[in-house]
Formats: sequence, C-alpha cells, structure tokens
Amino acid sequence: MAKTTEFRTCPTTGLKVDLTAEKLIKANAVVAVVFLAIGGLFGLLVALTRWPAVHFLPADWFYLALTAHGFDVLLVWIIFFEIAVLYFASSVLLGCRLAAPRWAWTGFALMLVGAVVTNIVVLQGQSSVMFTSYVPMKAEPGFYLGIILFAVGALIGCFVFFGTLVVARQERTYEGSVPLVTFGAITAAIIAVFTIASGAIILVPTLLWSVGLVSHIDPLVYKTIWWAMGHSSQQINVAAHVAVWYAIAAMVLGARPISEKVSRMAFLMYILFLQLASAHHMLVEPGFSSEWKIFNTSYAMYLAVLGSMIHGMTVPGSIEAAQRARGLTKGLFEWLRKAPWGNPAFAGMFMSLVFFGFIGGISGVVMGTEQINLIMHNTLYVPGHFHGTVVAGTTLAFMAITYLLVPLIFRRELMFRKLARWQPYLFGIGVAGISVFMMGAGTLGVSRRHWDMTFADAQLPFDYPSAAFLMMGLNGMFAILAALGGVLFIVVVVGSVFFGRKLGVDEKPSYPEMPPAAAAVGEHGSAGTLKIPGTVMLVGIFFVAFVLYYFVNWKYLSEVWPLS
Amino acid sequence: MAITPPPQRIWWKEPIAKVELSWIIIAFTWGLVMFFMMIYWHGAGEQNLSNEAYKISPERFSERSQAMIDEYTIREENYFPVVHPPAGSDIYLIARLWQWWPILELEKDETYRLHLSSLDWMHGFSLQPVNINVQVHPGYEMVVTVKPDKAGEYGIVCNEYCGIGHHMMVGKIYVVE
Repeated sequence: MAKTTEFRTCPTTGLKVDLTAEKLIKANAVVAVVFLAIGGLFGLLVALTRWPAVHFLPADWFYLALTAHGFDVLLVWIIFFEIAVLYFASSVLLGCRLAAPRWAWTGFALMLVGAVVTNIVVLQGQSSVMFTSYVPMKAEPGFYLGIILFAVGALIGCFVFFGTLVVARQERTYEGSVPLVTFGAITAAIIAVFTIASGAIILVPTLLWSVGLVSHIDPLVYKTIWWAMGHSSQQINVAAHVAVWYAIAAMVLGARPISEKVSRMAFLMYILFLQLASAHHMLVEPGFSSEWKIFNTSYAMYLAVLGSMIHGMTVPGSIEAAQRARGLTKGLFEWLRKAPWGNPAFAGMFMSLVFFGFIGGISGVVMGTEQINLIMHNTLYVPGHFHGTVVAGTTLAFMAITYLLVPLIFRRELMFRKLARWQPYLFGIGVAGISVFMMGAGTLGVSRRHWDMTFADAQLPFDYPSAAFLMMGLNGMFAILAALGGVLFIVVVVGSVFFGRKLGVDEKPSYPEMPPAAAAVGEHGSAGTLKIPGTVMLVGIFFVAFVLYYFVNWKYLSEVWPLS
Repeated sequence: MAITPPPQRIWWKEPIAKVELSWIIIAFTWGLVMFFMMIYWHGAGEQNLSNEAYKISPERFSERSQAMIDEYTIREENYFPVVHPPAGSDIYLIARLWQWWPILELEKDETYRLHLSSLDWMHGFSLQPVNINVQVHPGYEMVVTVKPDKAGEYGIVCNEYCGIGHHMMVGKIYVVE
C-alpha cells in the first residue's frame, strides 16, 4: 500500500499531503457543512417558534424540527467535521500516508447512511422524541438504527486515525513527539471511543426494545448511560476545538505554545476526567447519593475545568507572545488591537475562545453545581449554556479553520472575501445573543423543549413574567442574526469549493494571510523572558466574572423554598 | 509551532513560566473552593435534595395518591381536586400525560414530605415562579421535604418533553397562611 501512495507538497506550509487523505478530508468536510445547513435551518425554525410574537410552527412540527435540529448539528455536523480534523491532524500534520483508506471510506459511508436514515425517520413524524430519546417514549426502530450506524462509522474513523499514528511512527515521518495539535486530536479520539462505546451499550438494547425483542428499559439507567455518550461527546468537541485554536494561532500568527508541557497536561486532564460529566444531567434525579453527585459533577474536584482554564491562558498567551515578538509591544493590548481581525480564521477563533470561556464555560460550571442545578435544570438555561459551548465555541472554531482548509486542502482561492470578513462577527454575536437570552429566560423559569410559553391550551392557567417574553423575542432576533452568519458561511465555503479559482501546483493562496512556516515566532518556552501582561489582564477579568457569577447564583438559590 | 513537533525534544523538562504556574495554582485552588462549597452547603444551606428515593410501580403510587385525595379534598377547580393535607404529612403529586394531579394546598412555613413519581413517561417538575426543578421518572418515587416560605399561587410546568401535549401540562400549588 505504501508504495502506491501519492503525495503532494503544500506550497504554503511545506507539509507533505497524502492525496487519499486529502480526498477523505474533503468528503467529510463537505458532508459536515451540508448537515450544518440542514440542522441550522431547523434551528432557525425552532427559534422563530419560540419567539412568542412569531410562533411560527405548529406544535407537532416544532417538536419534529427540534429533534432534527439536535441530531443534525450536535451529532452529524460536528462528528463529520471532527473526522476531517482527525485525518488532518494525523496524516497531514505528520506527513504520512493514511492507514487503511478503504476502511476510512467504509466509515464515511456508514456515517452518511446512518445520518440520512435517522433524518428520514424523523421527517416521517413518528419519532419526535428529541435528540435524547428518553425511554419509555418510543421512536421508530430506524431512528436508533441510523444513530448506531453513524456511531459505528465514526468509530472506524477513530481507528483509522490511531492506525495512521502508528504508520507515522513506524515510517519515521516526524521526529520526537507529535505536534500539540495532533496531541489534542488524540485526546478527542480517545474520548470519542469511550463515548461511542457508551452509546452502543444503551442504544443497541433500545433498538431491540423498539422492535419488541426486549421488554423493558429502565428510564434511570437509560438516562445515566445515554449521557455518558451525550455529554462526553461534547467533550470530544472541547478537545477538538481547543486543538483547532492552537492550529489557527500557529497557522495565522506563527504562535508557539508557551509551554508544551503545560498544554499537553491540560489535554491529559480531559482524558482523565471529562467522562464523569454524565452526572451533570443526574443532579435532580431520584436514586443518586450526594457523594456520587458531588464527585462526578465536579470532574473530581474540577480537574477537567482546570484543563480548560489552562488553555484559556495558554492560547491567548501564545498569541500575545507571538505578536510581541513581532514588535507589537505598546501597552497592554497593542498585540490584540493590531491582531488580524479582518482574517476570518483569526476573528472566528478568538471569538470562539472568548465566548466559550465567558458564556459556555462559566455557565456550565455554575449549572453543574449540585445544589444550584435545582434552579436551572431543564429550563432554557441549559440550551443557553450549550449553545455557548458547542455553537459559539466548537462550531465557530470549526468555521474559522474552514477558511484555512479551503485554500490549503481544497486548493481553491476563497471567494466573496468581504462577506467572509463579516461572517464570524455576524455568526458569533448572533450565537452569543442566543446563549445569553436563553440563559436569561431560563433564570426566569422558562422551560426548554416547550412549544407554547403562554400555555393557551392548558387546563390550568399559568403566566411566565413578562421579562421572559422579552428574552424570547431577543433570542429570536439574535437567532436570525446567527442564521444570516450561517448562510454567509455556506455561501462563501460552498461557492469557493465549487467555483473558486483553482490554485496551481506551486501557487500560494493570497487569502487569508498566513505567514510562511519559517516565520514562526521564535522560542518562548524560556521561562525568564516571557511577557504576556495583556493575557494576564484578560484572564483576571475572566476570573473575577467567574467568581462573582458563581456566588450570585448561590444567593439566588438561598432565596427559594427550603428543601431537604 | 503547535502544528509541528516540539523543537525541544525533551519538552517535559522545560521549566514552566511563572505566570503560567501562578494561574494553574489559582485555578486549582478555585476548583477546591467550588468543590467544598457544595459540601459546605449540605451543612449550612437550606436547599438540598434529600436523595430519598424508592422503586415503585405506577399502580402503587396511584393508589397512595388516591388515598390522600379521598381523605383531604376540600374543593374542586377545573375538574381538579384541591387537596389540603395536614401539615407535616406525606403528600403525593402524580405526573402523567399531561397533568400534575391533584392541586395541592399547603400551609406556609410548614414542612411536607412531597412524593413525586410518573405513571407513564418522564416528566419535569418545575415549580414557578420560585424555579425549583426536579426530574420525575416512572417507576421511581422521589421524596423531597419542602417548606413553602411564602404564601401565594404557584404553577407547576412540565419541563421534560413528554410528547405532543407537553406544553399543556400545567399544575398548581396553593400556599396559604
């Protein structure tokens, strides 16, 4: 096999690219973007329905659209893109052939078939059970079957990735340790294997139950194991998008990690502790002890949160160090002011970092506190939180790196550059608004996954406070903004991939700007010379916000009915 | 760069910059504070779940609830019985497609043992406007000791999706002086 592998050399980065791996990256990325478009459309319909003044869809269609939205964007878009990231971080970054390309194509086909099957079944209308499909509510067998096929395909992708690492090691295509980005991808893939195994443990019996071969699935057991997949799969995203942050900082600014050791340790924390997060969904369920809840919900004393907080300093820190080495040394923030904000890859990456930390990260820790969860569980605060992590964090980061993949992997010049410039801002601010206003509505008690907040058809009357209606209106408006950002992304990327000017074999793309690899900013592993006062200030602001918000919520909790 | 192997082969022996080390220590300490805050609240705070729970069949839970309803119903409202059980007693709330049954009337500053269970699918007990949210499973009975500390009319919204009538599932609790 090795003899027949064809490579090209990338004129921008000097990396050796296996053409088969390149095709697989393209295929996975294209399908990912298609499902982002489909899932995003469903999301817009959901947001317009929850806008009380618009109330767009009828109830049955609303629940259908919400089921499809969750599946298509939370699972299909993200996992397809992650498989592309895995192949990029192994085969391309290590300059080696992809292991077992036939298996990789098989995995791709299984994922595609699975995604299509589940979508069709959901659209038939008898499986509006939400992405979580809590038993004893039953979907059609095809719903579970599609997810299982998809997961098996993704598992094959992970093993092709691991195989490629072995190939690179054996054929000595790199020296020393794997790059940090590859290390992050390994983290994501290891968590993915755990995730998919948990999914199989619970979804295979559920499939058998839905066709009548198993008589009973315990709802509490289902929910516990389902979330070992459902929440852990979001930790794949965290590991993957942190790796993407490092990759973009390196490719756009030539930034080096401040310390390889610290960044790698932080990734290791994810592998060791993130899987405990299933507990976040079980804090107000019957049958768990407080000891179990406290240990698991805090990832064993917040050690995985520690990992993220470390990345929250090392990523902007490496950017600041790189910019200062270029001579942008005035004051605290010249390095940030004069960062390439017109480059959509950088703008998207930096916003992803800020929103993930401030919105998604803080809210996640607060909501995952054993007792505070009582005043947030299953309100709109929950989707508010995870739109901050998965959309403003992961999706925005993946969009950002796509602007680099189009010229480097698809070998096309980026089209519509003015639109591309604005896209991350429109999408990022839209999603940040969605997250914040849903969290606000949740604080006022508004339920998630709920068609009618006026309760017009209910047997007993009930009214949410009017501020909650305002929140949901604003949520709808920012959803439109985010949807516009999403449309721009699709237009720019699909347009460029199919109609952008083809780059010549040795031609470097003119946009977005990437310094040649040689211009990488020198060592700042040396502890003595490192100066990153701007980052210290940003991290300080983050920390103060975190502490204040944390205790404000304890205050809120102390005001509700005493419970014991 | 992060996309190339570390230039220093022995990267794990490089010293850690002071600023990084300080942040790691601060972040770790903050994690400990948050961890022990949850334990502290079990002693000092008033809002903790008891974690008292039992397995129970829907029929059994239904029977027990009905016994309470038969004994303590004081009036009817929109076809719902309004039940005023004695202070300090065990009270039952049934979650089912798509009702919270019955309407409970409680006395302010009295303590009750509230039993929650579902007869069919999963539901979410969301007491408004206080915003107390507890998951309700079929086959499991959760016992929460509550002490309403303000009089008034409270709504119970279902906040776990339970099918096409989910948004119509509203219940009520009265708290009287």
